Formats: sequence, structure tokens, C-alpha cells
Amino acid sequence: MWDLVLGDRRINSLRLVAPMWNGTRGIHRLGGAVVPEGNQKKERTMLQFLTDHFYDVEALRGYLLQREMCKVHLKNRFRDKEWIRPDKYGHFSPEFWNFREVPVEAVDASDCEINYEGLDNLLLLKELQSLSLQRCPHVDDWCLSRLYPLADSLQELSLAGCPRVSERGLACLHHLQNLRRLDISDLPAVSNPGLTQILVEEMLPNCQVVGVDWAEGLKLGPEEQPQDTASPVPA
Amino acid sequence: MAGGSRPGRGSRRGHGETVTYSVGGGALRATGQLARSSEWRLARSSDGWDNSEAAVRLSEGAGLRGAMIRRVLPHGLGRGLLTRRPGTRRGGFSLDWDGKVSEIKKKIKSILPGTPCDLLPDTSHLPPEHSDVVIVGGGVLGLSVAYWLKKLENRQGGMRVLVVERDHTYSQASTGLSVGGICQQFSLPENIQLSLFSASFLRNINEYLAVTNAPPLDLQFNPSGYLLLASEKDAAAMESNVKVQKQEGAKVCLMSPDQLRNKFPWINTEGVALASYGMENEGWFDPWCLLHGLRQKLASMGVFFCQGEVTRFVTSSQHMLTTDDEMVTLKSIHEVHVKMDHSLEYQPVECAIVINAAGAWSAQIAALAGIGKGPPGTLQGTKLPVEPRKRYVYVWTSLGLPLCPRLCKPCPHLSLQEEEPDPANLEVDHDFFQEKVWPHLALRVPAFETLKVQTAWAGYYDYNTFDQNGVVGPHPLVVNMYFATGFSGHGLQQAPGVGRAVAEMILEGSFQTIDLSPFLFNRFYLGEKTQENNIM
Repeated sequence: MWDLVLGDRRINSLRLVAPMWNGTRGIHRLGGAVVPEGNQKKERTMLQFLTDHFYDVEALRGYLLQREMCKVHLKNRFRDKEWIRPDKYGHFSPEFWNFREVPVEAVDASDCEINYEGLDNLLLLKELQSLSLQRCPHVDDWCLSRLYPLADSLQELSLAGCPRVSERGLACLHHLQNLRRLDISDLPAVSNPGLTQILVEEMLPNCQVVGVDWAEGLKLGPEEQPQDTASPVPA
Repeated sequence: MAGGSRPGRGSRRGHGETVTYSVGGGALRATGQLARSSEWRLARSSDGWDNSEAAVRLSEGAGLRGAMIRRVLPHGLGRGLLTRRPGTRRGGFSLDWDGKVSEIKKKIKSILPGTPCDLLPDTSHLPPEHSDVVIVGGGVLGLSVAYWLKKLENRQGGMRVLVVERDHTYSQASTGLSVGGICQQFSLPENIQLSLFSASFLRNINEYLAVTNAPPLDLQFNPSGYLLLASEKDAAAMESNVKVQKQEGAKVCLMSPDQLRNKFPWINTEGVALASYGMENEGWFDPWCLLHGLRQKLASMGVFFCQGEVTRFVTSSQHMLTTDDEMVTLKSIHEVHVKMDHSLEYQPVECAIVINAAGAWSAQIAALAGIGKGPPGTLQGTKLPVEPRKRYVYVWTSLGLPLCPRLCKPCPHLSLQEEEPDPANLEVDHDFFQEKVWPHLALRVPAFETLKVQTAWAGYYDYNTFDQNGVVGPHPLVVNMYFATGFSGHGLQQAPGVGRAVAEMILEGSFQTIDLSPFLFNRFYLGEKTQENNIM
């Protein structure tokens, strides 16, 4: 659940978001959780600079992060028990078998090498609400055309950063009418992201499509040039 | 066969004994030819060197003149050409052969001014003199058969395959002009299995057709299901078809008019009793990409390509008695005459097997082999019932359709049966669209009343007039001609499966994976139709 990469330079501050969000449990990308405020910017860059250049500072930040994580773990529980994790040998405890009837609600397969045949396993999960396939290298248009059995339950889908997904695959997401949140940011194979965003929004009216600024790629007219934020707002 | 004398692996080049052996072989062949042909054929070639292996052509080329050249060339020149030069990798050759040939010709002219000037004639455009398999027709079906023959052969390099295509621009070939759709909604289980296999072939195309150092193929596959609508009287047939499709593993679902309105509110469901919608493995892709990928892969596998037209089959006959003591004449093709474009030059190719994959023109090729020449009603008199039928493709844009903003036809493919246009040329008849097609479209989808046709083109179906299904397998009387044609509009989507079936038939003697016995030629004589009801 907490895929914090300690060496990740993008984590500038300790941004930890409890999984309660909008009332639904979601695999929410940590990186995009908190928008930094303006006055924290200078402090963050100083800290970032120190972290980049000194191992001690990096180790200290790592330690503080771990402490915060432990605190959050105490609040974040699975049915009032600790989360079931693999032990140091990679094995799960046999208690896991007691939960066979528990429906799986969310799957995070980010950076996973899942392919067309591997999706067989995911499609069996009839109550899956949230699926994250971020940066999966083998997920392509054919795989997206297989997702229709999840149409009844799937509410959140993230395809950010998948190198093989194109707008043709996105078009076959029209089956997923219960989708409420779709992340299609950073898809290199999509030729026109702004237009694709509009088309997907039209295709799924109840869904919030995230990831592309629809104005991207549009040429602004001379009177619409972005104003410099430092200049005073004209009265 | 001459192929035996071609080592192809150049690692032993530059050693005296290997060179002598090969050229000696050339000399033997040369004398054989001198003895055989008193008649001067217009074209003479050595084994074709169309493949990408840079074999040593000096030893293989030459043919008749090889022995003479060997004698007249100064010994040093011969040696100099064949010793390993610095900069050539072991096993490879980087000579500029064409440049060398013209240099040699100039040298010979200067040494012997009286010799006729067609020494070492340029025969690179001609097919090889011998080939195990000759495939007539270089469209997707022919290339698919070639691919599977090479893939399933027991020994690497065990079979020499030649693909003869008369138009290398593919301007009239059905493959390039096809819409490129793939769909599993057929009534015949074999068709469904073929389409399913083809879908998995296309999905994994970069594993099947991978070529070293070539970029991966992008088929631009557009997944979207085909939607077939049925009225009251066809509803029962559609239901049984869907049952068969589901049994074979196709993902198709039936929809009632209400569900249809729910899902596609822009369709007018008046008169529709039932609809079947394909959920997976359906859509359309770029047929040129598949064609190019196949050609590239075949070139790397060592398949020969030739641009020419097959004008004659030389057959030999055998009279045999059947178990009922009837006399039957079995023919076997042992030579194919391939004529070059815009010239009278032709090359006879000795062959063991001929595959008729000529698409809309398959009947002409079959007639060349004598299929259909006989009293009607007999097996000898049964012609191949494949003829070209012209079909139009119209690309239009229309506003107000949320699911399909820029498609050449809407997500569901509307199937219409109309009268046949004249197949003499590939001109598009726009009035046909206005009068025959558009009213039906506008009735079914009100948003299409304001559509604008962007472009249109026409292509041929290799239409099987007997039962609109493909013809696969050997001919009962011409024992070494195999068919892979007649698929009436679904050839492209079934090509990988059919290619594999024909290759299995040739290599193993029977169909191994998908049993296409209902598609054999015999059914035309026996009158048993393998009817496909869902023709699109």
C-alpha cells in the first residue's frame, strides 16, 4: 500500500495520505496527493538540495519517514488487524487462507509486468473497485479490450505512464460505465492527449478523467496569454 | 538440385578446395545445359539470389558461361576476388557484386573483343530455376502459407519457397484495399476458430514476425466489436449462431432491443428483435502493416520473391485405375512458367508443389492447370467457382456520435446485401452509396442523415459463388496444386489460420490444429455446401 521509494527524489516532504479519501478506498498516487503551498517552496528546495548532496541528511530523512510510516500504520488497519504482509522470506502466513471469501476491492499492479494472459487472474475479481496499472510495460490496447467484465464494479482505473496504451485502447473503455475516476496521464503512445481527454470525457459522462490538461497543445490567442503571477492584478 | 551446391555460410570462402568444388559443380551444370537445350530460350538464369543471404555469387551464377569464364579469367583475378579481404567479417561478404560484374565484363571485352556481350546476363529479376514450392499470389494468404511452411519445416532451409506476385505495388490486391476488420461472428465453427487464432496471431505479431534489428510492428489495432442486428425471422438463426460462437470460445453477447437502446442510444431499434455484439478480439487493423511485416519476415527466412505472372503449367499425367476399375487421370505440375512484366521473357521454374493463392483471379490459375476442362458434372469438369466481386468502402464523418468520432464506419458494422456492381474495374460508384446504402444507414441511425462521405475506394472479394467459404487443400486430380483462396471477404482475417492449415496439409499430410476438411475442393463436385450465413 505504501509504495514509498526512499531514494525517490520526488518525495520532497513527508506526504502521507491515509487511505480514506472521498469515502472510497483508492490506490491514490502518493506523488500527486498534496499540493505544496507557496511559502513552503523555499524550505523544500533547501531541504531537497541538502538531501541531494549529503548522505547524512538523506539518512535522517529516511529515518523520520519510517517513524511517520509506523505511526500511520497504527491508524491504518485491515479489519482491526495488522495488514498481512510477506515476511522476510517472501512468504505469507497461513492466516491468509482464512480470508478466502473476502472480496478483493483494490489491486495495485503498478510497474508490474502483467500481460494479456495475466489479466485472466484479475478479471475473476467480480467486486474489484480500484485497479492501478500504472507504468505496466506490457499493457496495451488488446489488454484494455479485456477489461469489460469488471464493468459492474470498477470505479477507479489508472493507466498513467503505460507505454503501449493508445487512444484506440482507451476507446474500448466505454463498457466501464461505473467508472468514476480515470487517470490517463503521461501516455506516450497517445498522439493527441488533449483531444483524447475530451473524447474520453464524452464517452464516460459520469467519470472524472484526470491527467491531461485539455488546453495542452492549443495555441493561445494574444489576449489569452498567461499573465505573470508576480505582476499585480489589473484593477 | 542446384540448391545443394550452395553452402551459404561463407566461413569457408577463400579456401581453395571449396571454391574448386563449387565452380566444378557449375561446370558440370554447364555441360548438362549445353547437351540439353538446342533451342535458345529467351531467359536463362542460375539459382536466384533474391534472398538476403549474401552467398558467393561467383560460384553459383554463371551457369552456362561459368566454365568458360573460369578458363578465360586470368588466374590471379579469380583468386583475388575470392581471397578474404581485410575488412570482411568471417562468414560474410561485402563485395559490391554489381560493380564487380560490370568491371569483369569490361575486362573480358578488352581481352576478347569478339565475344557476344551477354556474358553473365543480369538475371536478378528472374525467379530461380528450381523451387520446391511455388506460391502463386503474394497477398496476405500466399505470404501466410509461405510463412507457416518455413516455420513448420523440419529442417532449417529444408524447403525452397518462391512467391510469385504479378503486381508488386498491390494496386488491385484485395489485401491492401481491405478494410482490415476481424470478427468472430460466423455461423461455421471452423470460421470462428480461424478468426480466433488470427486474433491471437495479430496480438502476438511481434513474437511471430520478429526480425533482428527491425522495429516492432504496430498494427494500429482498433478494438471495437461488431454489432449484428436481426429481425424477427432471423432471430432464431442468430441465437443458434451465437451459441456456436460461444462454444468455440468467442466472446459474443446477445442483446435485446432495450439493452441495445441503453448501450447505443443513437440506434433506431425499430424492427430489430435481437442483436449480437462482439466483446473481445474484434475490431480492425492495418492490413498493409501485416503485409509488410510478413514480407520482411519471409525475406529474412529465405523465401524467394519474384514479380511476374504465371502463364503456363507444364504437367505430366498418369493414368490409374480406381478400386472400381475406373480410369482416372492424375496430373502433376512439374514446371511453372513465370512471365516477366512488359516483356516476353519467361522463366520456367521446376517445382514440386504449387499453391493457388491468387485471390480474385484464382479461377484463371486453376484453369491453366486444366481444372474444369472436362464434361460438366464430372470431377474433371468441376471448375473452381471463385470470381472477383467488386465491393465499395465508404469513409464518412458524422456529428453527434459520441462513440465513434473519426471512424470509417461506425463501431457496429452494418451489414447490407445489395445488388452486385460490375467488377471490370475498381472505379467507385458514388451513386450506389446515395441510392442504395445511405437510405438504410439513415433509417437505422438517424444521426447519419447528415453524414458526409470523405473518401471511398473499391476492392475485390475473391467470391466463392458456391457457398461463400474458402477453398483449402489439394485438388483431387491435380495432385500437387493446393488451394488457399475463395474466402469471399474474410480472407484477411483468417489468413494466419489458413496459412497454417495449408502448411500442415503439405508437411504432415492432414490438418493438425484446425480441421478445415469442410473446405476441401471435393465439395464442389459432390454438391455439399458449407454455407456461411454471416457474410460481411
